Amino acid sequence: MKPLQNIWFKNSWFKDSAFLALLLITSVCTPLIGHAAEVSAFSDVQNIHIRQLAASCAACHGTQGNSVAASGDDGANAVLSGMAPAEFTEKMLGFKDGSRKATVMHHHAKGLTIDEINQLAVHFSQQKRVVTTALKPQTLKADHE
Amino acid sequence: MSNANQFNRRDFIKFAGAASALVVSKSGFARATKPPIGRVVVIGGGYAGATVAKYLRLWSLGSIEVLVVEPNSQFVSCPLSNLVLGGSKSINDLTFGYDALKANHGIKWVQDTVTAIDASAKKVTMLRGELSYDRLVVAPGVDFNYDSLPMLASVEAQQQIPHAWKAGWQTVNLRKQLEAMPDGGVFVMNVPKAPYRCPPGPYERACQVASYFKAHKSKSKVIVLDANAEIISKKGLFTKVFNETYAGIVDYRPDNVITNVDVATKTVSTDFDKIKADVLNVIPPQRAGKIAQIANLTEKDYPWCDINFLTYESKLVSNVHVLGDSVAAGLPKSAHMATNQAKVCANAIVQLFAGQAPDPAPVFANTCYSYVTDKSAMHVANVYRYDEGKKIMVSAEGGGVSISPSEKEGAYAVAWAQNIWADTLT
Repeated sequence: MKPLQNIWFKNSWFKDSAFLALLLITSVCTPLIGHAAEVSAFSDVQNIHIRQLAASCAACHGTQGNSVAASGDDGANAVLSGMAPAEFTEKMLGFKDGSRKATVMHHHAKGLTIDEINQLAVHFSQQKRVVTTALKPQTLKADHE
Repeated sequence: MSNANQFNRRDFIKFAGAASALVVSKSGFARATKPPIGRVVVIGGGYAGATVAKYLRLWSLGSIEVLVVEPNSQFVSCPLSNLVLGGSKSINDLTFGYDALKANHGIKWVQDTVTAIDASAKKVTMLRGELSYDRLVVAPGVDFNYDSLPMLASVEAQQQIPHAWKAGWQTVNLRKQLEAMPDGGVFVMNVPKAPYRCPPGPYERACQVASYFKAHKSKSKVIVLDANAEIISKKGLFTKVFNETYAGIVDYRPDNVITNVDVATKTVSTDFDKIKADVLNVIPPQRAGKIAQIANLTEKDYPWCDINFLTYESKLVSNVHVLGDSVAAGLPKSAHMATNQAKVCANAIVQLFAGQAPDPAPVFANTCYSYVTDKSAMHVANVYRYDEGKKIMVSAEGGGVSISPSEKEGAYAVAWAQNIWADTLT
């Protein structure tokens, strides 16, 4: 792998030391702090809690709810991204109280709080639908373990 | 890798930071020119390592530099690999590349083997170079412990008696041995003492081989020597399948520890018996991955890594996080669990670099399917939440297992695999 930094350094205009000096003088505020603030503003605690819990659903429902293997027949492995919050909540509360028939989902819905279900509903409704397909496998190479 | 390592990175940040300040004010293409807020090196490109790399990039909005060090050029899924033994899948159905993951998320990749970690200098040594880090993630999977079975430690012995517990050529080898075995033969396998990778995996394996025998070699037998006192995952379901679906084929023997193996004759000894196998599969006892031991991430008398469940940072070495099967947890060592740990860890590392506290109460779900025939599967599913008193992840109320295996769940298990592969590798 090529180290990006080195390529940048070798080819870039700020190899010119006079220009570099100018850059250093003009950098009054440190951009590192600015960047950290931007990330943390994105990462308020409630937000990060729900995005991680929602990401846990990806094993069966795809990254950010974009399932690559949704079943048309019985709603299994459903696409959750862009789902209306009311639909998500109704289904999950049905799995939770047993009024809705489930094969697997009751074992998850019963373990979540109503508050978590409501927040997941909002989270998934806000995710952009990205249509993706299942990953293509490869032939195992001879040098693999 | 590379000289990027020897390169004085902190000086670089100073220069590049200065440069970006000017560029931002001039032209506004901030993201492309901003320096990283930190560098994370990830050791291991399995379910945990690949996932933490992806989610660090996603959740830091690309502001954390991520390098993965992985010796293999391809990813081979352990989940579903027992189906290769049953004959309904090929290893080439379970093998994937890393290119999409790298390209989609700007993850830097080094194909190499880590030989040492210097935590005080924050430096990783590989066979072909060095890397510096701000935080290190160690996700090496399991290491096999041959102390009690030293005769199986060599590559040659494993040609004869494969473990096939890391999906790859050993899985293919074991399948070929089963195909070559004459009808009326005996397949002997073991279940190592828990904890080990994939708790239901050995019982699923017994079912897969039995399924193959039932269809193609009906006079053959499967003997399962379990070092544990009982079936340790999906017990009721597996017991029923052994006794009903595979009555007369599967001979399950609890409390049977393998004490000796004669490699040449494929004969195993236990405290009770000596059994000669036609095909023998020994899954050795396990411990945290080799690099976790070398880096002192395990205690001397306990071979797993103690971590903080809010960050997955090691309790023994600071700025070093451990994920996946190497973690000491009363949790199943499953692929879904590894990806969950990776996401909690990624979330926490982004917070820590931003000077913020991690999520104080993570919650995640685990779903694990086991195939009992070529088409039928059954699940165990649970939500886990952080217990502030115990400071561990505990199983929430309401989880459970299938009523019975079904072809419907077999289809769900395929969908699970396709989604977790896409989530981990794209």
